Amino acid sequence: MSKSLKKAYLWLIILFLYAPILVLMVLSFNDSRSRATWGGFTFRWYIELFKDRDILLALYYTLAIGLLSSVIATIIGTFAAIGIFGYKKLSYSLVKNISYIPVINADIVTGVSLMLMFVFLGINQGFFTLLLAHITFNIPYIIFSVLPKLHQMDIHVYEAALDLGANPFMSIIKVVIPEIRPGIITGFLLAFTLSIDDFVISFFTSGPGVTNLSIEIYSMARRGINPKINALSTLMFVVVMALLLIVNKRSASNTEKKVRRDI
Amino acid sequence: MSDYIIQLNNISKVFEDGFVALDNLNLSIKKNEFLTLLGPSGCGKTTTLRIIGGFEMPTEGEIVFQGQKINDLPPHKRKVNTVFQKYALFTHLNVFDNVAFGLKISKTPKNEIKERVREMLNLVNLQGFEKRQVESLSGGQQQRVAIARALVNRPEVLLLDEPLGALDLKMRKDMQIELKKMQEKLGITFIYVTHDQEEALSMSDSIVILNEGIVQQIDTPINIYNEPKNAFVADFIGESNIIDGTMLQDKLVHFCNKDIPCIDTGFAKNEKVDVVIRPEDIDIKNLSDAQWTGKVTSVIFKGVHYDITVESSDGFVWLLQNTDRQYEGDTIGMSVDPDDIHIMKKVIDL
Amino acid sequence: MRRWLSYPYLVWMIMFITVPLLLIVFYAFTKQTDGGIVFSLDHFRQILDPLYLKVFLRSFKIAFISMLICLLIGYPVALFLSSKDFSQKSTYLMLIVIPMWMNFLLRTYAWLTLLENNGIFNKLLEFLGFGKVQFLYSEGAVILGTVYNFLPFMILPIYSVMVKIDESVISAAQDLGANSFQVLLKVMIPLSLPGVISGITMVFMPAVSTFVISRLLGGGQFALIGNIIEQQFLLTGNWGFGSALSFVLMVLVIISMFFMNANERNGKESML
Repeated sequence: MSKSLKKAYLWLIILFLYAPILVLMVLSFNDSRSRATWGGFTFRWYIELFKDRDILLALYYTLAIGLLSSVIATIIGTFAAIGIFGYKKLSYSLVKNISYIPVINADIVTGVSLMLMFVFLGINQGFFTLLLAHITFNIPYIIFSVLPKLHQMDIHVYEAALDLGANPFMSIIKVVIPEIRPGIITGFLLAFTLSIDDFVISFFTSGPGVTNLSIEIYSMARRGINPKINALSTLMFVVVMALLLIVNKRSASNTEKKVRRDI
Repeated sequence: MSDYIIQLNNISKVFEDGFVALDNLNLSIKKNEFLTLLGPSGCGKTTTLRIIGGFEMPTEGEIVFQGQKINDLPPHKRKVNTVFQKYALFTHLNVFDNVAFGLKISKTPKNEIKERVREMLNLVNLQGFEKRQVESLSGGQQQRVAIARALVNRPEVLLLDEPLGALDLKMRKDMQIELKKMQEKLGITFIYVTHDQEEALSMSDSIVILNEGIVQQIDTPINIYNEPKNAFVADFIGESNIIDGTMLQDKLVHFCNKDIPCIDTGFAKNEKVDVVIRPEDIDIKNLSDAQWTGKVTSVIFKGVHYDITVESSDGFVWLLQNTDRQYEGDTIGMSVDPDDIHIMKKVIDL
Repeated sequence: MRRWLSYPYLVWMIMFITVPLLLIVFYAFTKQTDGGIVFSLDHFRQILDPLYLKVFLRSFKIAFISMLICLLIGYPVALFLSSKDFSQKSTYLMLIVIPMWMNFLLRTYAWLTLLENNGIFNKLLEFLGFGKVQFLYSEGAVILGTVYNFLPFMILPIYSVMVKIDESVISAAQDLGANSFQVLLKVMIPLSLPGVISGITMVFMPAVSTFVISRLLGGGQFALIGNIIEQQFLLTGNWGFGSALSFVLMVLVIISMFFMNANERNGKESML
């Protein structure tokens, strides 16, 4: 097949992926409640969006849960990965496989299982249970970002640190963690984005008065079309794009650094 | 029809990034010849092979196969087969299916496929390996599968792209002998790419030396070694002392502060030349009989001989190979027979 | 290294991964009677009730069709992107990945705006002189939403397997007489199979368990397993039945995990 035909096909797919988002973005500036007629340019929906207390509160919870859960998950998960790395074959694959369950399991099953657990423990559902749930599904992503870096790492650097007089804990803090830092950072970013994006698990584990943006969007969308959602989509898309660009630039300069060090 | 099976006429290849891989290459390959393309990495030898195989289009020039121009023929329609550098075996197929791949594509009858694959596996000493997965084989065995997979199609020409590069030394030596035997037995033209000069010398009927996309010399191994056409060839084939000299007259050359008799003729008077002397051609003499004297700066034992470096009074550092041990710091005498001195035209650097 | 570093996580893992799943198993296989809690398969029997069986089959049908469409659309994308004559691979890849980072609900909501009765598609049809079409709240809308949301999950794993296929293996096939179609059939497809399998599971699993897409684009009419589970836990309070449904989904996950593992093992052998 010719190259231009392949290119055309790819662009068709890209159009399919972007068209709905672009339509939302255009409509967010439309001064008409109707979706199909242009009523003039306006910032009205953005202003209304920022006046909506529920949405602002949901935004606050989203960011708070996202940041807290990813930081805590990064700490627990990094140490977990270092520990698991030293396991014998059988326990290694057992723990690895169990940790893999939240990654591959249907979100709805993870959600209801955690909900059952919280009921079982007698914890009232709210901010705290939401946080616990997010930490739970975040940790595996940290572990699976860090483990490959541990495998790539020269195991002798740890032994060298011990040999030079550092105790095991110091060796890990001073030598091992810097070696696996790229994996930790990737895991953290992944955890953060997954947390702010999550809907299903949050839906089952949060309680009255505590919602994140996804839950808020769901309840608004269920009530029908709302131009404020268009404005919110546009803002979120712009933020995601900016974040991705930053992350990309970072990783590009990282590879450059790495290449330079390799030389 | 000529007795050449493949002719490359005025082939040039310029890559998209402007890199000139081949510059006006002319090459004629005889039937049943074992021809080796030899040169340092980036010299264009693999590109030449890929052009013959059809994986690369020349920017200019024509490829003639059995008297017909085949520039536009896609790889799968060419009657040549390739043994790839890292074997490129199909990991989803077992040994039998790997070897049978080409025959199945050409819709050969089942019985014949069975027969020919068996025959080929016998030839490469892999009888009984039919059902094995290719990943479970050693490097040498994978190599044999790759050779069998190409040869089973009975190509007119077999292209081999550094096929032994990934093997260890011992295995490489064994495979060199086997490949040469196979080629003689099957009577197929082999075009062989390598950067290993020893390999080239020991296997080939003729060698093409390439550097920076330009043919330096095409000749038999013996002539290449004994009569290198220029300093690059001399340096690339074996080790050499390459010294700046001036041709005083026919059979007399001036270098290292001496006028030395040689056997070369046909140079202009006072023409600047490269003087090439093989390390093993330098004799160690008494100081009084010697053409030059110098101080031994290092002695390294190499098994059969010693590598000896000697710095002569004019500052040139000589490499000698001699079976007699010398000692660092000693002053020794050196001489060279006239017919061991090779005079070459200077390659003008652009 | 230091195994004790993982102990906090082990406690966490048992409390929030293992025990919760055991609770699901417990609720699924027991029921409350006057004589206390007893083992029972009643909840699984309930699945076989024609009313729920229909939902079950519909979920699988929609997930399967969506997965198939993703595969048919996505495979060529991965194939073209991984071919060597394609420069700017990473730019195209970025373009395909970015929508994945957009909030899942917003992506689904976007189609709500496009497909509704006063939406752009219908306005367009009206403008062209056709009548309005009820796009929304149909099986087609649910499938469309599913394909749209999960297409990148099909493309990425296939692509990542394909770019690792050694270029010289393709050259070798051509060298042995295979034309481009035979190269695709006999080399590319078999070698990319591991990617296809993980793509299939990555699309099928979320598709079969979704309750958002079916709720927003299917309205109430096209309830899927996910919707029934949600109902049991948040509305009717029949945790036993909800757990039994969740248990079925878990078994499905375990089966697919087994497939992926077998795949990985084959992959590892090939490394040795």
